[in-house]
Amino acid sequence: MLPTLLSQIVNGLVLGSLIGLIALGYTMVYGIIQLINFAHGEIFMIGAYGGLAMFTYLLPTFVQQQWYLALPLLLLAGAGVSVGVALIMERFAYRPLRNAPRLAPLITALGVSVALQEGVRVFYPGATAALPFPKVFVQGTWAIPVPGGTVPLRWTGLLIIVVSLVLAFALNSFVNNSRMGRAMRATSQDRDVARLMGIDPDRVIVLTFVLGATLAGVAGILYGADLGFINIDIGFQNGIFAFTAAVLGGIGSIKGAVAGGLSIGLIKALGGQYLPGGTAYDYVWIFVVLIAVLVFRPQGFFGETERVRA
Amino acid sequence: MTGSSTFLEVRDLTVAYGAIQAVRDVSFTVEEGQIVSLIGSNGAGKTTTLRTISGLLRPVSGEVLLGGVPIHKLPAHEILGRGVAHSPEGRRLFARMTVEENLRLGAYTRKDEAGIVSDLDRIFDLFPVLGERRRNKAGLFSGGEQQMLAIGRSLMSRPKLLMLDEPSMGLSPIMTQKIFSTVRDLQQQGTTVLLVEQNALSALALSDRAYVIDLGRTTLSGTGRELLADPRVQEAYLGEGVAS
Repeated sequence: MLPTLLSQIVNGLVLGSLIGLIALGYTMVYGIIQLINFAHGEIFMIGAYGGLAMFTYLLPTFVQQQWYLALPLLLLAGAGVSVGVALIMERFAYRPLRNAPRLAPLITALGVSVALQEGVRVFYPGATAALPFPKVFVQGTWAIPVPGGTVPLRWTGLLIIVVSLVLAFALNSFVNNSRMGRAMRATSQDRDVARLMGIDPDRVIVLTFVLGATLAGVAGILYGADLGFINIDIGFQNGIFAFTAAVLGGIGSIKGAVAGGLSIGLIKALGGQYLPGGTAYDYVWIFVVLIAVLVFRPQGFFGETERVRA
Repeated sequence: MTGSSTFLEVRDLTVAYGAIQAVRDVSFTVEEGQIVSLIGSNGAGKTTTLRTISGLLRPVSGEVLLGGVPIHKLPAHEILGRGVAHSPEGRRLFARMTVEENLRLGAYTRKDEAGIVSDLDRIFDLFPVLGERRRNKAGLFSGGEQQMLAIGRSLMSRPKLLMLDEPSMGLSPIMTQKIFSTVRDLQQQGTTVLLVEQNALSALALSDRAYVIDLGRTTLSGTGRELLADPRVQEAYLGEGVAS
């Protein structure tokens, strides 16, 4: 009983912190330019392929065999490829539409998403099928002893939890305490007045995409390392989860993205274990909870409601 | 002209929102060290004029010259760096940020931390209520306190020209007096002020020079005293303004 419950909580936390890491990119971009960047899931996917490409084509064998050498390089490659693609996307797909009606960039985001997914399918050797992802972290499982048995936690799962939480705290501290973070929040609250303060909105927007893509690229590597394979659909699947997490937590809120991600991970794991229908219905429970939360608290867990006196 | 020099010159400025011209051929000058007011009824184009000077809007035609240099093609975030600060209509504070964060955003382009800290203290001397509540969120303040913070925020960039859009809007008469006496103090400390006001009486009493803008055009100009005495101004803008 207890080991099963705790095992599912562990599974939920692993998935949830990964989803939270991706959700941060959705929530930050929305906070600054009110765009739901549907291509963000593909930025995560392309980070995983970037890491795989580096491992396969660039790393010498002795580096491949030492995870403590290979993992940092893959994280850099994943983040680098994700950031590069995100910068091109921002510059050529979204920036020309900065003053267009909101629907235009939204549709563009969907188009970018399809283009990236198909681009990888066509141009990455072997990407028409799932590709094995290198084992770039300690393999095996930590059997945590609990009353009545043990709870298994994959070392790669522990890595996901630790890295995600550290990055989320770092991001939160950057946004709340640094000068550029203050500029981001100012641009998010009132772009015209931010310009009157001497803030260049384009710089802030680029920074936002860079931060989101860095986290997504790291998430892509961690995901591949944990699962052991990747395919071109992972961006869409996890992107939908992450977008839902951002909305659930309160879009625009950093705490909300993490809380929403963890909630979704836990609902999926526990719902699949304990609710009727099992794992076949776990997606259903995620969206049932989303709808219920939005009915009673449309701004999400941590969403801000404006309280400004005239 | 007693040795004063033109700091800001707006020349034949026309600004449109789509097909609608909000400002038509407006011209005026602001001499260094003066307080200059733009008065006129609601919708006359005063706010549009300020937004164009600060680079938020692009003129259809005409020029904005700062110290003789055209600035009307520069992006807004570069105009601040040339010494022009704009406190917009309705205060527009960053409501979810603290007093101190709002003030620090006013100093965003500055890198001298020591200078920023001493300017924070200067603002807190000027408006003690802000100092007492420096860690409180700006959105929860009263109208008068918000206006003090908005002015304080504009001062944090150490502007040569401070543009204030309707600083008395929604304020009590006492608070309005406090804001206007602050504006006079700022002038005495060397800041040039361009003021947009519907409260024409208070604005004219304070101004070295004033321009009446009506339906997007400058229709009258003179010293504050001259316009106060002008029957056309009295009829159009001071009729009920005397009471407020």
